[in-house]
Amino acid sequence: MLVFIFRRLLVAIGVAITVSIISFMLLHLSGDLATAIAGPESTADQVEEIRVAFGLDKPIIQQYFSWLISAVQLDFGRSYYFQDTVMDLISERLPITLTLGALALGIATFVAIPLGVLAAIKQDTWIDRLALMIAVVGQAMPSFWFALTLIVVFAVNLHWLPAGGNSTWMHFILPAIALGYYAMPAMMRLTRTGMLEVLGSDYIRTARSKGLSETSVVFKHALRNAVIPVVALAAVELGFMLGGSIVIESVFSLKGLGQLAWDAISRNDYPVVQAVVLIIAVFYIALNFVADVINAMLDPRLRVR
Amino acid sequence: MSRVLEVKNLQVDLPTANGTLRAVRGIDLSVEKGEMLCIVGESGCGKSMTSMALMGLLPKKAKVSADKMEFDGLDLLSLSKKKRNGVRGLRMSMIFQEPMTSLNPSYTLGNQLCEGIMRHKGLTKDKAEERAIYLLERAGVPYPEKRLSQYPHQLSGGLRQRVMIAMALMCEPDLIIADEPTTALDVTIQAQILRLIRELQQEFGTAVVFITHDLGVVARIADRVAVMYAGQVVETGLTNDIFNNPSHPYTQGLLSCIPIPGKTAPGSHLESIPGVVPSLIGDLAGCAFRNRCKHATKGCATDTPTLVEFTAPSSHQVRCPVSVESLKEAV
Repeated sequence: MLVFIFRRLLVAIGVAITVSIISFMLLHLSGDLATAIAGPESTADQVEEIRVAFGLDKPIIQQYFSWLISAVQLDFGRSYYFQDTVMDLISERLPITLTLGALALGIATFVAIPLGVLAAIKQDTWIDRLALMIAVVGQAMPSFWFALTLIVVFAVNLHWLPAGGNSTWMHFILPAIALGYYAMPAMMRLTRTGMLEVLGSDYIRTARSKGLSETSVVFKHALRNAVIPVVALAAVELGFMLGGSIVIESVFSLKGLGQLAWDAISRNDYPVVQAVVLIIAVFYIALNFVADVINAMLDPRLRVR
Repeated sequence: MSRVLEVKNLQVDLPTANGTLRAVRGIDLSVEKGEMLCIVGESGCGKSMTSMALMGLLPKKAKVSADKMEFDGLDLLSLSKKKRNGVRGLRMSMIFQEPMTSLNPSYTLGNQLCEGIMRHKGLTKDKAEERAIYLLERAGVPYPEKRLSQYPHQLSGGLRQRVMIAMALMCEPDLIIADEPTTALDVTIQAQILRLIRELQQEFGTAVVFITHDLGVVARIADRVAVMYAGQVVETGLTNDIFNNPSHPYTQGLLSCIPIPGKTAPGSHLESIPGVVPSLIGDLAGCAFRNRCKHATKGCATDTPTLVEFTAPSSHQVRCPVSVESLKEAV
């Protein structure tokens, strides 16, 4: 198991380095940086001056390593647009996005897995149909519309929860529900399919032949095997939510990473874009690593590879 | 001898898109304590359905009915789900055909061996593991202590089937149902597993219902045989009677399909029974075997034959009036 974790860790680090190269290149492929920083009305001398001042005249490999060394120390330079350092911007936004993502994934998991199991056990009954309907609605409904509906009902009419902002934990409930409902259907359906397949397997028949209780058959013998693909999906979805929750963040005026990325892209604020891409990628890699380790704990056959 | 299992007129119906599949059409079975009963028949004759019905492991949509289904005096049909769970695993257990897929890949062998006895008999983990090690050793698994912490994928098919056998014996059941336990194994391993099942059965005095399509297996291990065809028992009796005096044309056909060293000429064609098994959807009028039978008469198409006992002391029964007539004449 330790060997497995070590190997996976090496792979993860390899992927992270690749991503760092891509995210570094992103900046340089966008055109001549010195010209971009100097602005359109500068002279050729001024551009050269900036090129030397920012170290852009050095070989690209050297530039990459000096960038990587500062990136590892969480120094991503200054934003072109804001007066803050990139790290200040990110450390302000990242907790909001992480809180939202974790809450949403928590809600999605706690609904998706029990509902998926129930739908599989009660296959072709009204419970199964209801679960399917909930999933289809979640997949079909645009998330901004659902978010707005939540605001209208719970904030505007009932005054139970705030409509936007991020000052207390109460502010995160509605956006987490909206985002969680968006992530839930895929997990629910995967759980249901997995459970149906596993419940029809030979080893479940063996477990039944031993006279075990239905609880033991379903939760001990079936769920553990059925949930393996769901773990991988959950990791991907959380990674997706970190970068792609921009719609929900806009609707609830949460100043998260998604909005920062959006603002930075529209303003050509490359250092910020670069840092956001790198951080989201590193989180993504870390999540996949965690998912791999969880799956290896669930299924011993995965530990060998 | 006391009777462990008695079944009268067992029927299993499965609803399908094309109508009701009547997989088992009124089977009578009885198994004495410590006896080995072999149910033999070709694919689709309902032998696996019978075993699943006895264990209560059929899918919910399958309809099981019987005039009598008694296990050691307990009426299995009227038992509550919970009580049935108490009998299953504790007093009757099962060995399956596919050792490669019959063990849960995610749990250790020790966990899977011990969970039944810990639940049924309330044994501690240590006591249960002690018994598991003893039975693994009896089942011929090398390094039994080491196996408890191993996972199924670390074992070969033959070893996994030995683990399944040990698992079936954990609670000292009165009856083991073995559904083609050697079919998926290599021929060399098959012989070992057969010998093992026979040995353990005699050592522990367990009654076994052994399901197979292989008459060679039957000849080696059975005390009594029930030959099944199209959801019915067509001939039943002591193993010697069946092999020395096969009376139903189907049994005779099956036996003539087996080449005998010294008797079957080298290079000669092996016998086979012409035709195919009739569809089991809906009712069958007359004898189900008549289309493949050399001795079929007009009456076979209309009169549904019943199981007739013709040698009183040894309870040799056959479901064929034509054979019974000729046998009576011979006597």
